[in-house]
Amino acid sequence: MAEYQELTDRRVAGAETGAIPSRKRSGKFSSGKLTTALVFLPPAMLIFTLFVVMPVGEAGFYSFFNWNGYGSPQKWINLDNFVRVLNDPIFHQSLINNVLVILVSALVQLPIALWLALLISDRSRSSIFFRAIFFVPYILADVVAGLIWRYLYDGDYGVVAMVYNWFGQEAPHVLAEKGWATAALLVVVVWKYFGFHMALFVAGRQSIPDDVLESARIDGANRWELTRSVVLPMMRPTIVLALFFSILGSLQLFDLIIPLTDGGPLNSSHSTVSYLYTFGIKRMRVGYGSAVGVVLFVICVLVMIFYKQIFMRERKES
Amino acid sequence: MKKHLFAYYRWLFLFLAAGVCLLPLWATIIGGFKTTGDLRTNAFGIPRKWIAENYLSILTSSRFWQMLGNSGFIAIFTVALTLIVSSMAAYTLAHLRFAGRRWIASYLTLGLTFPFATAVLPVFIRVRDLGLLDSYWGVILPQVAFNLSFSIVLLRGFFSELPKELFEAAFVDGCSYIRMFWKITLPLSRPILATVGVLSLVGSWNNFLLPLVMINKEEIYPWPLGIMQYQGQYGTDWGRVLAFVTLTMMPAILFYLLAQKHIIAGLTSGAVKG
Repeated sequence: MAEYQELTDRRVAGAETGAIPSRKRSGKFSSGKLTTALVFLPPAMLIFTLFVVMPVGEAGFYSFFNWNGYGSPQKWINLDNFVRVLNDPIFHQSLINNVLVILVSALVQLPIALWLALLISDRSRSSIFFRAIFFVPYILADVVAGLIWRYLYDGDYGVVAMVYNWFGQEAPHVLAEKGWATAALLVVVVWKYFGFHMALFVAGRQSIPDDVLESARIDGANRWELTRSVVLPMMRPTIVLALFFSILGSLQLFDLIIPLTDGGPLNSSHSTVSYLYTFGIKRMRVGYGSAVGVVLFVICVLVMIFYKQIFMRERKES
Repeated sequence: MKKHLFAYYRWLFLFLAAGVCLLPLWATIIGGFKTTGDLRTNAFGIPRKWIAENYLSILTSSRFWQMLGNSGFIAIFTVALTLIVSSMAAYTLAHLRFAGRRWIASYLTLGLTFPFATAVLPVFIRVRDLGLLDSYWGVILPQVAFNLSFSIVLLRGFFSELPKELFEAAFVDGCSYIRMFWKITLPLSRPILATVGVLSLVGSWNNFLLPLVMINKEEIYPWPLGIMQYQGQYGTDWGRVLAFVTLTMMPAILFYLLAQKHIIAGLTSGAVKG
């Protein structure tokens, strides 16, 4: 999302020149301006402050209390919530799972998506057709995707059962076995989101001007050389961005987990958010849940700063 | 020869990937027509015996339609409010110069850094204190609030690139700012309004965490909550559950078929331009 800020920063500069010229001497004009601002801005400011900014601040405040949500927070317990979160092996596992999602995304999902995108980034009919198909899993709700795969993984029904039955074997209940459940989750993440990354890559590939490719071709570059020394370097910003979306997506992952594994077995397949839901929201431990939220927030901010640094540096270099 | 080989591999891989994409959906749709015994041994094949009962019992239940109606209501108001509130703010920030404009602009984009999960418990407390738990508005208002940042960024960027001669001319003719908004900015900004609309529509329709926290009353369950409840109720009676899943994904798939270009552009927008 930092790219949005990036976008704003640039646009702010542009907007300065694009603003409607103001005639200072016209009293009517400036009062019209004031009225407009006073009518147009407050709704956004109010809703945003009430439901976004204040809650985030409150999460920071509540995280110092032991509070079940009733009455007002009274029991100030210093950093106890944070100490408990950061020492909870289940929370560690959820962080590991987040990292696994990022790794699988970077090493499996993005290469597949990029490769497919390069196969279908032209404007032929077949390419348009396949692009439409590959995007389908992404438009499904995560909850739906989770339930579909829960069926496919079910040891008594579904695909896993079928394959094992072919060999006359008893099928394992993939989702009920520690380790396997997380692996199963990773497969679904790849299936669900590669289409999104593919769409990003297709757009990135199509934004490379034809004459650049043409001149490389005239210089005698074959398909592989063209891809490696022209197309991929020029798509680098898109790749960096796709990876960034993977990281953000992993940090927000929740909807898929509840129907698929519900964090189980033995709390081995949680993400940070499903951990927050299970141990904070479900049991109405507002303080504890808020502490988890604050940790998540800090991680997100760090990721963004880190990303921005890399991204900005690349910009300056290029 | 070499080119031939490439074309051959291209098709092979594309069909393979398409299969991986679509087979789970096929298994789900077809699974809704199968008997339990069939589901056990025949995940991808045509049903040995077609049964329509799973689908019919859902389609004739009021619960299913109620759920879709709830989701529809929430989605429509989320989209409408998001568009109205964010376009007004974006217009002000794009076209009017006043003290504190930059400050307000960066304030309103703060939401891009906030993961929703961080705020969810305090939002729950706020919604409860406002007496909006178990109501549509308890979901709609926070959704709108969390849509504002990206909507304002997208809209403001677009608004400020509209040709400023139009506004100058209108201004000389004595057109007020509010009229310019209605008569110039909004009509010229349909593509970006569509993008923002699609983004907030899909986000609202599929939202799970927020209603899960805010709504405890079955009559106003949006469909993602309803589907989980249905699954909880019928457990591994997969025929029923798969029929239910199929029917709930139909609106999204229909919408996708109708507005595919807008959806792909919308859901990946802003991303590449950065």
